[in-house]
Amino acid sequence: MHNIGTWDWETGKRLIADTGKWKDMFDWVEEPYVSPDGERIVAVVKTGEMEYSVCENDTPWESTFDKVWYLRFGPDNRLTALVSSTGAWTVAVDGAAWENTFDFVWNTKFGADGKNITVAAQKDMEYFAVTNDIPWETRFSALSNLTISHDGKRVAGVAPTVKIKQGDIFIFQEGCYSAVVDGKPWDVNFVNVWDLAFSHDGEHVAAEVRTSLYDYTIAVDGVLWDKIYTSVWMPQFSPSNGSVTAPVRIAGKWTLAQDGKLFWDRSFAQLWHHMYSPDGKKIAAVVAPKYGRWTIAVNGIPWSLTFGDLVTDAVFSPDGNRVACIGKEGGKWTIAVDGKAWGEKYDMVWQPVFSPDSKKVAAKAEKNGRYTIVIDGKPIKESYEALWNPVFSPDSEKILIKGIEGNPDGGKYFRQVLPLTDVTG
Amino acid sequence: MAEPAIKRSDESNKIVDEGIDKGIARLTPKKIEQVINKVLAAETGARLKTYVGTCVHCGLCSEACHYYLSHDNDPKFSPAGKVKQTIWEILKKKGKVDQKFIRDASRIAYTECNLCRRCAMYCPFGIDIAYLISIVRRLCHMLGVTPLYQQDTAHSHSATLNQMWVKEDEWTDSLFWQEEEAQDEIPDLRIPVEKEGAEIFYSVIAPEPKFRAQLIYQAAVIMNVAGVDFTMPATPGWDNSDLCMFTGDYEVMGRLKKAHFETAMRLKVKRIVMGECGHAFRSVYDVGNRWLAWKMPPIPVTHAVEFYYELLKEGRIKIAEKYDKPVTFQDPCNIVRGRGLHDKARYVVDALCEEFIEMHPNREHNYCCCAGGGVINAGPPYKMKRIEGNKIKAEQLFAAKTRGAKVVIAPCHNCHGGLEDIIHHFGLDMELHFLGDIIYKIMEKPV
Repeated sequence: MHNIGTWDWETGKRLIADTGKWKDMFDWVEEPYVSPDGERIVAVVKTGEMEYSVCENDTPWESTFDKVWYLRFGPDNRLTALVSSTGAWTVAVDGAAWENTFDFVWNTKFGADGKNITVAAQKDMEYFAVTNDIPWETRFSALSNLTISHDGKRVAGVAPTVKIKQGDIFIFQEGCYSAVVDGKPWDVNFVNVWDLAFSHDGEHVAAEVRTSLYDYTIAVDGVLWDKIYTSVWMPQFSPSNGSVTAPVRIAGKWTLAQDGKLFWDRSFAQLWHHMYSPDGKKIAAVVAPKYGRWTIAVNGIPWSLTFGDLVTDAVFSPDGNRVACIGKEGGKWTIAVDGKAWGEKYDMVWQPVFSPDSKKVAAKAEKNGRYTIVIDGKPIKESYEALWNPVFSPDSEKILIKGIEGNPDGGKYFRQVLPLTDVTG
Repeated sequence: MAEPAIKRSDESNKIVDEGIDKGIARLTPKKIEQVINKVLAAETGARLKTYVGTCVHCGLCSEACHYYLSHDNDPKFSPAGKVKQTIWEILKKKGKVDQKFIRDASRIAYTECNLCRRCAMYCPFGIDIAYLISIVRRLCHMLGVTPLYQQDTAHSHSATLNQMWVKEDEWTDSLFWQEEEAQDEIPDLRIPVEKEGAEIFYSVIAPEPKFRAQLIYQAAVIMNVAGVDFTMPATPGWDNSDLCMFTGDYEVMGRLKKAHFETAMRLKVKRIVMGECGHAFRSVYDVGNRWLAWKMPPIPVTHAVEFYYELLKEGRIKIAEKYDKPVTFQDPCNIVRGRGLHDKARYVVDALCEEFIEMHPNREHNYCCCAGGGVINAGPPYKMKRIEGNKIKAEQLFAAKTRGAKVVIAPCHNCHGGLEDIIHHFGLDMELHFLGDIIYKIMEKPV
């Protein structure tokens, strides 16, 4: 989210739109999406025979299309939609379609401030990326793993760089894929290239690669680590020193390696989704300290709390001293913070959110078909028929709740700013 | 009616497979020994030792195997015989085997065993012979000696995370296409793509968008009429299939299952409902998840048979008029021996069809279709061998036909592919359908 200090943080509750009426206005209303600042609620609607548009705060866009999908708000609260007119696809930003059209577009991505919008595109069976309506000049026979730099100015993907026919298994095994950065492939090919990561300055790209059917390692700007592993997961750049770390599999166990050398001194039955604290001093990862038990390890030290089903969506606090995640045990979901699980269990929980001062944690949770916000383990009084992730105010004293209330206000979408003292005592 | 014709091809032992032949050409006895001993030391332990040490060579597993029964009780095709020709010899010789041995081991492991686990039920000690054959496959993968078509499928999995080289746009476009087609029948029908928070992620295997798009259409109709809150992703991870599990490329298998379950987590669904596929169920419910250290699927997985059972039992879909042709039912190995869905399947069949004629043996004792375990994916070179390796299935179907069955229901893609060939080759003249085909045909739909 971008510029949250400029949002309306006045305490109070505002009705933004009555989505309950949309069903009377249109034959077809899809699930709603809400802008980060909570000021806009939108949904794909049908406005005529084979004619679709987007309804925003009770008013449909003037522009209509044959098909609209993948509504996504950028961090700057602009709304993008992937739209088709007479079979030609493009991106519409706040209702205005890009000039270029394609045979298909997908996978919208935003830079941190929302200014740079990128999609994957296909035209005449050639594949490329498009940023702010400017397509790559180079085209490929496929494109996957679309990845953008922090500011969204640079774009990478994975593409075949050697023409290969289906069934040509020996050519495939010689290496036919490479990472492509801003349309330019690395000058080295691999058997496979998977997840990519940009350095924080956007200057470098690391990739998980397979150099034969059996040899996995990390390539940074096309240069391989000098160690190979039996498998690897997605690498990350350190925000503090630019080194690259990745989970690597050695002798059936997983550990963390840095620049090709062992970094953590212990191994796990699984280790993935490692991430750096904002200052780069700490690394947390989802790990299985033993088969079938899951937790978080910070700098290699696992929490004693473990979950049997899964752990996911870990996040560092802004000060880098705390970690929160989702845990699931026996089919029930909860949030864990710094190795302690919230007492209440839910049917589903969403990624936890830290307050800017790192002191509070909030999460959207679902129970019996209703949604609520839980703050430090305590649910607020209200429940909703639809709800979006909460946002703390810059001073950490208020929380923005974006929700559609149930009866008697069924379908009414409210934007509400609450002082935390009101909801947590 | 006459007995089904026995057509036996003499070509089955002269199969040329470039994947195996070129792989063999790159091997030396030294490399074979090194790779075998490295894999056995790193990846096997008490389980292998116990199985090998427990087997008393009684041969009771023989009668369980459709290859053995279909080859006039030739002991070479018995499960114990296949183990004797492969992993026992490898262990006995401590990996000192030559290229010809590996060629034969690859042929046996990949194309003469479906890993169906029927034999495990007939072993007095419950030895999982499929596990032993899987080790042989793993060794062959590590030696680079896999059938070409299977290996190409494994490559597709690695490059696209689906088994049929389906590109990212092609997948989503297929969903839109099927949604639009189905709207001609039900105007407000929707295939919700990327709907976060839906109850169900409906997952399929890549042959559906590639060759059998009508199955997506039919599933969409069933979901919409039943009022199911479902979604399908627009990202890799949509395909639940996994031929890498069968080639022995467990590292890519893990990558596939990670993508599948993380797609479910990202979409915040309560569970995954999968289409009528058996091997994919084995991968998501048993093998792939566990390779990643998930003891059970992190997001529950419901096979289509069980899902249809729920929908019918809860009255969420209603049958306008029962299917009037007499049917028999093929119990797929991976959802019956692997999950015990046979009684629920029969509830579904009884709810849908006027007349159900059991084939014998049935339920967990049913014979494999001879297509599963990756065998059908070994491709055209092995087609006749696969068909002739399941003469017993033709006899089983024929017996059901003599008792009146006109239609075979097979709720599994591999079973479907295998039975289609058997029905055609042996001139059985029976129709073959998925459960979804029949549900779609006879269910009440909005007018």
